[in-house]
Amino acid sequence: MSANCPECDAEITLTKPMRGEIIVCPDCGVELEVTNENPLALELAPQEEEDWGE
Amino acid sequence: MKLGILYSRVRAEEKLLFDALDARGVAYDKVDDREVIFDLSDPSPWQQYNVVLERCINHSRALNALRILNDWRIPTVNTAHVASVCGDKLVTSTALVHHGVPTTRIKVAFTPDSALKAIEELGYPVILKPAVGSWGRLLSKINDREAAEAILEHKETLGSYHHSIFYIQEYIRKPGRDIRAFVIGDETVGAIYRASEHWITNTARGGQATGCAVTPELNRICVAAAKAVGGGIVGVDLLEDPERGLLVNEVNYTIEFRNSITTTGVDIPQRILDYVFAVARGEIQVI
Repeated sequence: MSANCPECDAEITLTKPMRGEIIVCPDCGVELEVTNENPLALELAPQEEEDWGE
Repeated sequence: MKLGILYSRVRAEEKLLFDALDARGVAYDKVDDREVIFDLSDPSPWQQYNVVLERCINHSRALNALRILNDWRIPTVNTAHVASVCGDKLVTSTALVHHGVPTTRIKVAFTPDSALKAIEELGYPVILKPAVGSWGRLLSKINDREAAEAILEHKETLGSYHHSIFYIQEYIRKPGRDIRAFVIGDETVGAIYRASEHWITNTARGGQATGCAVTPELNRICVAAAKAVGGGIVGVDLLEDPERGLLVNEVNYTIEFRNSITTTGVDIPQRILDYVFAVARGEIQVI
């Protein structure tokens, strides 16, 4: 399944996408979140916040 | 038997947990913390779960969700108590000291002047950390008085108020690495060294993971640290002091383990689920 990076428009293909999954665009390196599995939809992932962590 | 998994992002860890759950054929719901709404007068949507596994990335969301669930007597891994202790380094340190767990020297001060005095009592270099934070963010190694004055002023002026709760830690001359140990229940199931030429060794900051044997001493200290913060599933970070040996640095309550499965040879997601199911069956009482 394919979709385009919303940052750089590169075509990204995922074999087993999972909603909520975070991937890195292989072209521009931006973090993307899978927001829909079929059809595949990608959005920019939320930016790191101050209380993020383990 | 049904599990709820409260999460923020599907990272490598969550995928491994979901895959392990699918393989076990267990019913579970993925609950995205961005969509969740708690009606404090109606716990019924959550009472379908025998246990909720917390995998949030935001400490504040995790802590508040766990508080609500535990007040409803819904078992969680980890508990709100563990999240509240581990989510604040100051609270973690007081718990470790209270329980006699070997740890680094910490001083706490509330003004730049008193913090400077505390820093000079400890002696340079020292580490200044935000009490709430992770992944090595905003850590400062302060080598001299001029740096101390500058950083204290910046924190007071540019930071929100909680950056003026000055948490000051002695600098441990560790051998270019620290230790991350994984405690599940009463056992240290595995450990890794995290090596870096930088003094910050978090794998989130590029530290390289290699295997670390779980010695009886390491197991004893890590289990004691886990019990000090309330038990459950935790990641204990330790520093090796040339004179004093192993010292607990921090304890983390939503462990990241993607770099540690191959390194330790331990199937950490399966071990996590073994513990979570034991809680769900009531074999382990968490609340």
